[in-house]
Amino acid sequence: MTSLYNEVAADPGADVPTRRVSISVNGEKRTVDVEPRLLLAHLLRQGLGLTGTHTGCDTTNCGACTVLFDGRPIKSCTMLAVQADGHEVETVEGLASASELHPIQEGFKECHGLQCGYCTPGMMMATKALLEKNPDPTEDEVRWALSGNLCRCTGYQNIVKSVLWAAEKMRGDEGEEA
Amino acid sequence: MSVDEIKIGGMGASRRRVEDNRFIRGKGKYVDDVVLPGMLHMEILRADVAHARIKSIDTSAAWEVPGVRLVLTGETMAARNLAWMPTLSYDTQAVLATDKVRFQGQEVAAVIADDPYIAKDACAKIVVEYESLPVIVNPDQAAAPGAALIRDDKENQPTNKIFDWEIGDKAGTDRAFEEADVISTIDLHYPRSHPSPLEPCGSIADYDRATGKLTVYMTTQAPHIIRAAVAMVAELPEHQIRIISPDLGGGFGNKVPVYPGYVISILASILTERPVKWIEDKTGNLISTGFGRDVYLQGQMALRKDGKILGMRMHTISDHGAFFSDAQPTKFKIGLMHSTFACYDVPAAHLTSTGYYTNKAPGGVAYRCSFRVTEAMFFQERMMHAAANDLGMDQAEFRRVNLVKDDMFPYRTAFGFLTDSGQYDKCMQVGMEAIGYATFKEEQEEARKRGRLLGIGISTMTEPLGAGNSREYDILGIKMFDSAELRVHMSGKAILRTGAKTQGQGHETTWAQIVAHELGIPADDIVVEEGDTDTAPFGMGTYASRSTPVAGAAVAMAARKVRAKARKIAAHLLEVSEEDIEWELGRFYVRGNHDRGVTIQDCALAAYSNMPDGMEPGLENVSYYDPPNLTWPFAAYFCKVEVDPATGVWDVLNFVAVDDCGVRINPMIVEGQVMGGLTEAYAMANMQYITFDEAGNCIGSNYMDYLLPTAWETPGFELHEVVTPCPHHPIGAKGVGECATVAGPAAFVNAVMNAIEHTGVRNIDMPLQPNRVFEALQTGQDVSGMPPVRVE
Ligand code: FES
Ligand code: FES
Repeated sequence: MTSLYNEVAADPGADVPTRRVSISVNGEKRTVDVEPRLLLAHLLRQGLGLTGTHTGCDTTNCGACTVLFDGRPIKSCTMLAVQADGHEVETVEGLASASELHPIQEGFKECHGLQCGYCTPGMMMATKALLEKNPDPTEDEVRWALSGNLCRCTGYQNIVKSVLWAAEKMRGDEGEEA
Repeated sequence: MSVDEIKIGGMGASRRRVEDNRFIRGKGKYVDDVVLPGMLHMEILRADVAHARIKSIDTSAAWEVPGVRLVLTGETMAARNLAWMPTLSYDTQAVLATDKVRFQGQEVAAVIADDPYIAKDACAKIVVEYESLPVIVNPDQAAAPGAALIRDDKENQPTNKIFDWEIGDKAGTDRAFEEADVISTIDLHYPRSHPSPLEPCGSIADYDRATGKLTVYMTTQAPHIIRAAVAMVAELPEHQIRIISPDLGGGFGNKVPVYPGYVISILASILTERPVKWIEDKTGNLISTGFGRDVYLQGQMALRKDGKILGMRMHTISDHGAFFSDAQPTKFKIGLMHSTFACYDVPAAHLTSTGYYTNKAPGGVAYRCSFRVTEAMFFQERMMHAAANDLGMDQAEFRRVNLVKDDMFPYRTAFGFLTDSGQYDKCMQVGMEAIGYATFKEEQEEARKRGRLLGIGISTMTEPLGAGNSREYDILGIKMFDSAELRVHMSGKAILRTGAKTQGQGHETTWAQIVAHELGIPADDIVVEEGDTDTAPFGMGTYASRSTPVAGAAVAMAARKVRAKARKIAAHLLEVSEEDIEWELGRFYVRGNHDRGVTIQDCALAAYSNMPDGMEPGLENVSYYDPPNLTWPFAAYFCKVEVDPATGVWDVLNFVAVDDCGVRINPMIVEGQVMGGLTEAYAMANMQYITFDEAGNCIGSNYMDYLLPTAWETPGFELHEVVTPCPHHPIGAKGVGECATVAGPAAFVNAVMNAIEHTGVRNIDMPLQPNRVFEALQTGQDVSGMPPVRVE
């Protein structure tokens, strides 16, 4: 597999300094040698093959690359992989278990909260961060929490619906467990 | 005993989308997700100036960077006759510049390296020496005597003018103006905008010298057209070219043209004998790929005192950038601009158009619109708004007087289109009721007394979707039909392929619903595939809202032909003659004996195991569909706004959208399309535009400058439906994907104007940013043209 962190290290002609980092990705410890300038988004995508994290801009505006960093939503295109050393990163691939979808994933499907799907992983990760802090958000709170994520297809109305649907389901699930 | 259509996910079911299963898991496969063994990475060096002669290009330092495999310039391309390529409008476009650069962002060189970081590093080491030339950034400058000649590469191109074009009845229109009681005029600019799908463009070219086969993964809405274009440009045999368009992160017209990056990656793969991946960055996408609009719209309308329209004139001046690469039917130089006023009864009309080259990025793609219909309808509804005011008539009343009545169909428009169906007045009534039109004037008066500015804007339109019948519509000579291939397996499950290409519209879900409707096979039993030219039948691709009208019709026809064969098999199984067989959804039975029947699944099995004597085995069909006419959806939009006189900020209080797109295959998806389209309409009316400074620097080259609305500012929309089936479409459907983007902008603008025009202002050109609205309020004057460029 062509991967940035592999190939650079493997090419004897290229004397590129690398650094070893250990990152917990979706609960699994991954140790890799990376160029210090490598972006976290690129490590996830090219290095670790987690292509669910997308990139849609060069200016930290679109949020397609949103992942959770120690539980907080960050734009992984604006963080270096070396900065993630010793931290926990959660991507869209970590949302569902093998057999079960996360209620946020169900919500997006149920309420037609996606069309091309390119913004969706970032939207869902931003949603997860919101609902963990605020399990019962208002429509305005949802719109504000997602205002760092662009969608060109849906017009957001159904994304907002999806989030509210997921929130309700998650509150219900917790009620059942208690 | 027939199956329940909604239960099997047939027509009318808001079936949840099949494609979502992978997207919500992060398992979509977009071009950048594809990794091939031994793949190299390409980066393009773009011109930082807008018009300059290239004196020299020094690539030596780039070659020195470890990990660099190849550096390409215009010279290398020219040696293989690839420095120029044809556009979709019979012009040529530079692949890599040889003589001069003609817009900022033009492709100058390319580096192919082991990874994208190295390729970027090496690009930065290429030194290009330019000699500046005068820069032209608008049609006025392009037309000025003595203007620098942009296309000095072309023979017979003494000026910057690309075309003069006209349509309609000049003499008849002149007469209408002589008879008019009132003449209304309007002068508008529709600013340049960029479709900006979230995913930029890209390709992975993989040339296999051993087999001679070229496989290209590509962000394209029209894979088969690309295959034909690649065969032409690269002079490769068509059967050895395979274009694969995997999941697309949106398109909106941006992914129709052939871009230099695709061609360069192909040559790079041929030369390196390795797969070469090119993924454009967002700035590259915004400054070099197909834009939309950028046209000046001037109009006049002849009116009778009682409100009847007698005639209209329109003149457009369009800015096409450095290469004429509009994606549009060959015959129509300014797209379907002449669809303007198609929903109104206008006896005489005349349209003239002039197009110019400028030192700006080429494009003129239909940005979520059917070939410049967006401009046509914006013009129409701004003209209607001005005319109603000039007559002193109510906006809704003026429209209702002039809309084509239900009993006038089929109706021949002044420009020759044949509209065939609609209930325009009913849509108006639904919308007026929902927005509270009857009491609004009072409310507006009251509010004004208290210093609050309220306004309602109306926009109605019918647009020509689903190009098109092959008599009139072709691209580069290829007729605009579409296709579907349906194979029913022996267990009654099926695979369907079409020549269209979904980009978020949900074809994998809706096409299966059409088959379910025609055959009674549950939609979940049908897999849909698109985007691979080696497996899909030839089609013209997905844009201009043409998939449901054309490919969707082909799906229905393929299913019907399969059903016709299944009927013969059923007769054989039931041991009666074919004439005695009746059909209900999912099942054939013997006339007069409803209990004696076989299911479509029984017939499928028999097609492989027990067919009648002499019948060809199998159960499948390939259908090509050439639509007899365009489809004509109708929209009536009502927008209510409040303008803050202290800041010029306007808020949408309510937006009512009434859409008649004929029969809805999947209502959930249709509503999703309308909401997405309205958001883009809101964006263009409010904030989303691209402009250039005098030196030709693109302002709007990234998402810091090019403002796209987020969830925070986007208003909510209230949707309503009216259904008038399309008379010629096999399932009565009409196009819908673009209606909202097309009809939406005028509703927002008309609403803001309605709120403030008591001050004497007649027009503010888009975008209606607060500072522009504020300026109009302060001065009582129109605010025209592009926003002034910021000076740092
Ligand atoms: S890629 Fe756009 S914010 Fe990270
Ligand atoms: S679904 Fe396409 S960008 Fe959001």
